[in-house]
Amino acid sequence: MEKKHKKIDYAKWGYLFILPFFVSFFIFSLIPLVDTIRYSFFEYYRSGIKEVGPNFVGLENYISLLGSDMLKYTGNTMMLWIIGFIPQIVIALLLAEWFVDARLKIHGTQFFKVVIYLPNLIMASAFAMLFFTMFSTNGPINSILMSLGWISQPVDFLGSVTGTRSLVGLMNFLMWFGNSTIMLMAAIMGISPDIFEASELDGCNSVQRFFYITLPQIRPILAYTLITAIIGGLQMFDVPQILTNGQGTPDRTSMTLIMFLNSHLKSKNYGMAGALSVYLFVVSGILCFIVYRMTNNDDPDGSKAAAKKAKKQRRG
Amino acid sequence: MKSKGTNHFRSIIAHIVLIILSFMCLFFFYILFINATRSHADLQKGFSALPGNYFLENLKNVANDGTFPMFRGILNSLIVSGCSAAICTYFSALTAYGLYAYNFKLKKAAFTFIMAILVMPTQVTAMGFLRLVTNMGMYDSLLPLIIPAIASPSVFYFMYSYLQSSLPLSLVEAARIDGSGEFRTFNQIVIPIMKPAIAVQAIFTFVGSWNNYFVPALVIQSKDKMTVPILIATLRGADYMNFDMGKIYMMILVAIVPIILVYLFLSKYIIAGVTLGGVKE
Repeated sequence: MEKKHKKIDYAKWGYLFILPFFVSFFIFSLIPLVDTIRYSFFEYYRSGIKEVGPNFVGLENYISLLGSDMLKYTGNTMMLWIIGFIPQIVIALLLAEWFVDARLKIHGTQFFKVVIYLPNLIMASAFAMLFFTMFSTNGPINSILMSLGWISQPVDFLGSVTGTRSLVGLMNFLMWFGNSTIMLMAAIMGISPDIFEASELDGCNSVQRFFYITLPQIRPILAYTLITAIIGGLQMFDVPQILTNGQGTPDRTSMTLIMFLNSHLKSKNYGMAGALSVYLFVVSGILCFIVYRMTNNDDPDGSKAAAKKAKKQRRG
Repeated sequence: MKSKGTNHFRSIIAHIVLIILSFMCLFFFYILFINATRSHADLQKGFSALPGNYFLENLKNVANDGTFPMFRGILNSLIVSGCSAAICTYFSALTAYGLYAYNFKLKKAAFTFIMAILVMPTQVTAMGFLRLVTNMGMYDSLLPLIIPAIASPSVFYFMYSYLQSSLPLSLVEAARIDGSGEFRTFNQIVIPIMKPAIAVQAIFTFVGSWNNYFVPALVIQSKDKMTVPILIATLRGADYMNFDMGKIYMMILVAIVPIILVYLFLSKYIIAGVTLGGVKE
């Protein structure tokens, strides 16, 4: 009886301690979210100094967004993400495997780790500004290439679609491959060394070892890395925004979804910004749910659940 | 014997790839540093691998530039990032402790809720946030960049995992028997135990806030309140070709140098911290 009484007494401290978090979340995230969803159903924008609305228009904003360039920007965002992500994950897997493999005797592991993680901490906007100056027609990269005799006249990297997209991809690659390497390295080191030893006794070579042991073993963390990278890609903004000065040049081929949202917010078109935010909210909500399942289950990739289901079916 | 040979070969390949990648990571910073030490006239002549002697001159030009108050921006960024890191880590630790050490009815629901929003992008609520901040009279002030840091789900999750692994509840019980109040127990017993976790998360929150561009760009209007990323963006938007290029490189340099300095001293802890916040094993 005494003990139970105490527990009830302490409960209020639990509530008190988590209160600031929830109050802050309620004010700065939940109210804005509700407000965003509400205005997505309204015609509400500013043209010049005249404010139009808010007038209720139902789903009109959602429909006109589908008819606008939103789908093109979705494609751009995916494209820019893929250009950076594919080399990033391949290199990260390779480096992680090498770092962990004691037989390779890599010298200066700590130094390499420090160097490859460095770009992750650099301000993305400053990094983009640096790339913009370096790759401009009279910038140092062109000057170096010309003095090496590789090109005869300056290349306008930022004037072409391929050039701009490659630069965004390169920056995203440089900023994130170190982070992924370190994450995957921890995952590989978590594999029991017995498995590797057994495979070696069975005459498994390093390629087989990578594909048949390492990859399946780190699948949960690989999946987690993939989903969080998709969420990160969805939020891509700083790099293309600064590199193209918010224009997504050339011809809006490097305009991402968040840049589109930003331009609606800057021009105070609240109705459209709201509808676009709701689209993004739905997509990230689904991704959040997947991450939630991963972090809260001991069955992150659903393989156990699938096995259970199969068993049930066999029984039933 | 054969496998020894292949390992040797693979080792050489690995070293070459690592050196190329490291070169790619460092090359851009090398160019940045070299160009920040050269004058505008020198830069027009083309690239040189050796530094010039205009470093101090460029720095002086950046410091005296009224249109791009870089040092004011660094001060603003320091205030925002420092305060964010402090309140974010403290309140995340408090929330984590509240959910870890106490039993109450909504405990499970509260935990599930935070985990559900763990990776929710802040951009989706940006429109409502902007309107809210305007209505609260906090538009064009640094406060809306700091206060929301109280609710940081990922930092909370890190702190919670840390508590699970390093705070035995018997210690809390012992403190109670000794007559320590609940709040005092948190501040004087739990916080010191959590110091390593707080340090790691303080660094990451600081860096994240320092580099943040999207939200500050929406909220901040006046020049004397701009943080570094907004100044960089303004620089990009300005009629840039007429500028002193040496000064531009110097501006980029001063924007990233503070973080690089922090990193050089704390790289060991930062790299160790990257994985700790990851997936639960």
